[in-house]
Amino acid sequence: MGMHTIRLPDVGEGVAEAELTKWHVKTGDIVREDDLIAEVMTDKASVEIPSDVTGTIVWLGGEVGETLAIGSDLARIEVEGEGNTASAPEEPAKAEPVPEKPEAPAPEPTEKEPEQPQQHAAPEPSTPRPATRRKEGERPLASPAVRRRAREAGIDLRQVMGSGPAGRITHDDLTVFAEHGPAHDHGARRPDPSVSEEKLIGLRKRIAERMALSKSRIPHITIIEEIDMTDLETLRAKLNAEHAETRGKLTILPFIMLAIAEAVSEQPQINAHFDDDAGIMRQFGGVHCGVATQTRGGLMVPVVRHVEALTLWEAARELVRLSQSARDGSAGRDDLRGSTITITSLGPLGGVATTPIINHPEVAIVGINKLATRPMWNGSDFIPRQMMNLSCGFDHRVIDGWDAAVFVQKLKTLLETPALLFVKG
Amino acid sequence: MEPIETDLLVIGAGPGGYVCAIRAGQLGVSTVIVEQDRPGGTCLNVGCIPSKALIHAADRFHTARGQSGDDPLGITVSEPRIDLDRTVAWKDDIVSRLTGGVAGLLKKAGVKSVQGQARFVDGKTVNVTTEMGEQRITARRIVIATGARPVELPDLPFGGDILSSTEALALTQVPETLAVIGGGYIGLEIGTAFAKLGAKVTVVEAQGRILPLYDADLTKPVADALDRLGVRVMLDARAKGHEAGQLTVETDGGEETLAADKVLVTVGRAPRLDDCGLDELSLAMSGPFLRIDDQCRTSMRGVFAIGDVTGEPMLAHRAMAQGEMVAEIAAGTARSWDKMCIPAICFTDPEIVTAGLAPDAAREAGHAIRTASFPLRANGRAMTLESTAGFVRVVAREDNRLILGLQAVGTGVSELSAQFATLLEMGARLEDVADTIHAHPTQSEAVQEAAMAALGQALHI
Repeated sequence: MGMHTIRLPDVGEGVAEAELTKWHVKTGDIVREDDLIAEVMTDKASVEIPSDVTGTIVWLGGEVGETLAIGSDLARIEVEGEGNTASAPEEPAKAEPVPEKPEAPAPEPTEKEPEQPQQHAAPEPSTPRPATRRKEGERPLASPAVRRRAREAGIDLRQVMGSGPAGRITHDDLTVFAEHGPAHDHGARRPDPSVSEEKLIGLRKRIAERMALSKSRIPHITIIEEIDMTDLETLRAKLNAEHAETRGKLTILPFIMLAIAEAVSEQPQINAHFDDDAGIMRQFGGVHCGVATQTRGGLMVPVVRHVEALTLWEAARELVRLSQSARDGSAGRDDLRGSTITITSLGPLGGVATTPIINHPEVAIVGINKLATRPMWNGSDFIPRQMMNLSCGFDHRVIDGWDAAVFVQKLKTLLETPALLFVKG
Repeated sequence: MEPIETDLLVIGAGPGGYVCAIRAGQLGVSTVIVEQDRPGGTCLNVGCIPSKALIHAADRFHTARGQSGDDPLGITVSEPRIDLDRTVAWKDDIVSRLTGGVAGLLKKAGVKSVQGQARFVDGKTVNVTTEMGEQRITARRIVIATGARPVELPDLPFGGDILSSTEALALTQVPETLAVIGGGYIGLEIGTAFAKLGAKVTVVEAQGRILPLYDADLTKPVADALDRLGVRVMLDARAKGHEAGQLTVETDGGEETLAADKVLVTVGRAPRLDDCGLDELSLAMSGPFLRIDDQCRTSMRGVFAIGDVTGEPMLAHRAMAQGEMVAEIAAGTARSWDKMCIPAICFTDPEIVTAGLAPDAAREAGHAIRTASFPLRANGRAMTLESTAGFVRVVAREDNRLILGLQAVGTGVSELSAQFATLLEMGARLEDVADTIHAHPTQSEAVQEAAMAALGQALHI
């Protein structure tokens, strides 16, 4: 029985290292010649690495996600007859250019002792020492012997701190790096090869499924329109000044909810569900406004029910109650279901325009972008106006562009002349 | 002829190629080297070594001539004579010993040598035209080490009295008048030697000063020495043509005709790429040279290039280091080009040696620097050698006093190149040099003094 080492082959011109993306085998597996053992990825291509012998895998050179230097040991295979490697009594050290901090110091490779001066019988430094930082892009300073040793150990000197004069990298620095990995220097910029995996569970998983459902099934049409909010903002300021203490503070959202309720009274096909599996459109008399709300666990959509029956302040108070209960986790099942149309707003983070994703099986979503004072041309002068964009998405299978545009224009009219919200008939 | 299959094929047995082949052979890589001429390339046959031989002979003759007049050392000899034929034979003997040595080393390393002109068939196959016929060689890896050749001037094509450095080094008679076109290091080295041998030498340089690649501080002692030797230096001048021993030179002031039995043209060297069919590989170029990466790999997998075909600096020791590296890569060792400096020497009188960054280059690279020089006239050993012209200069970073460059000009300073290169490769600071005992009395003390001067602590000035 002999030991055969498979090294990471030169997988492409100019490539010094490759990321291990998949193991086809595990320790103990029997492989035949030409069986795939691993896949690695360079910045150029993904490459499959076959075994060149038949035998039993006894050692693998790294975990998926690790970056290995070209030429470093990838796997060891116990073969019939003589291998290409002297069988080492201990497991060989991993040759990796960017070692994670190991639990215990890895043993030095036994077959190739680094050419290190012998005076190091003195106690080895056991922790990374503070060292001079190089400026970004500055060439590491090291003697030819240190450079050679680093190259043969697959260590990139650019990542090694130099503790010597003028930041020179010494043999000790290299030893410390090989055993402990990069010194802790929070300010230093260096590549981070780490990859962390987390299984999606709970709300996050649900959000992912819902988004995928909406985005894959619904052909969206998005209309972005600018709204002059100056008059509404003046009105809101006045109402808040007079009634905030007794009736609660008004944000823009209740105005928008009322405007939506008013607009859909003329276009009921927008306040609807499209049951695409059954091929049925379901229009609702009640306007149940979902309001996309950011919580610690992720996006939730509490629902303000029957907006058509609420006054401005009632809508505002219901919104406060719902968003608080969504955030503190006390929202009931009924608070989070049954919406017929959804509003999404990121407030001051809202950007200039967005392409909101419809909350399936609804057919429309109203996105609110940030409010900003902009110079507007009134025919003779530029005047400062408080402008805000609305980004509205529609299910184009059931809402034609014309109808969508009419809806958006209706919202624009109502919001720019807020008195219309309160004058019925 | 039976085709040869090998791991490594080296084309060209100059200093880059033969070093590559020897190291590869030592490492157990099956290696073939192809050379159409004698091994050793330009360096051994028609460059570094023969020119140094001629320079040495000229120095000896020049010294003796000085001693035939009023010599301050009190030595008197009778008027010396030189038999250049014998000098050249002596030089040729040195060359044959060295090239024979190279052939022996190749053999000892187990390298197979094939004599002939190689032509690429594809990136893995080469046909060699030998005396015995066509020899096909297939190799896993091929190293192009075909070197460079002197550049010809359209108005002064080589032949007859128009010489390249190769013919100049083989002259068996000292010409009465010699014009050197191009005041770079090759022209000045050979021109100086012939001036010392008694020729009336004129240097014609197109730029505003000689050795335009060096800074003015370094070239001034050389210009002064040329003046003392009676060498005429024409600057901002262009040679137009040569007829019946007369060279026409165009300057800002108009045309001038001067006597020139021989004209030595040293206006640069161009890579030798055409005669081995390289165009068929259409390798990526970098200007007129082959483009290589930090492992001397060309744009074609398995094809390496080293030495003068890869561009400046065209120096034998760079090619040797590249060759050694490529051989180790071929043997599976992890290697890449990580040299801090390639020292360069100009064997004029006085000599110039440079390593690392000159002050201007260091500033251009964005370093805040401190620099200091120590003059050889304050060095005891230089005085006893009658060679007080020149200085040693050090360039270091202001913030951590890391040495960035070292330069010197003076008689025999070429030997300082080893210390300069070692200091730079080791990452030495000024203090490392200042605190090292330099033996007395040597010119190398000037290196220590320059470092001390940069630290504000010079002792002897």
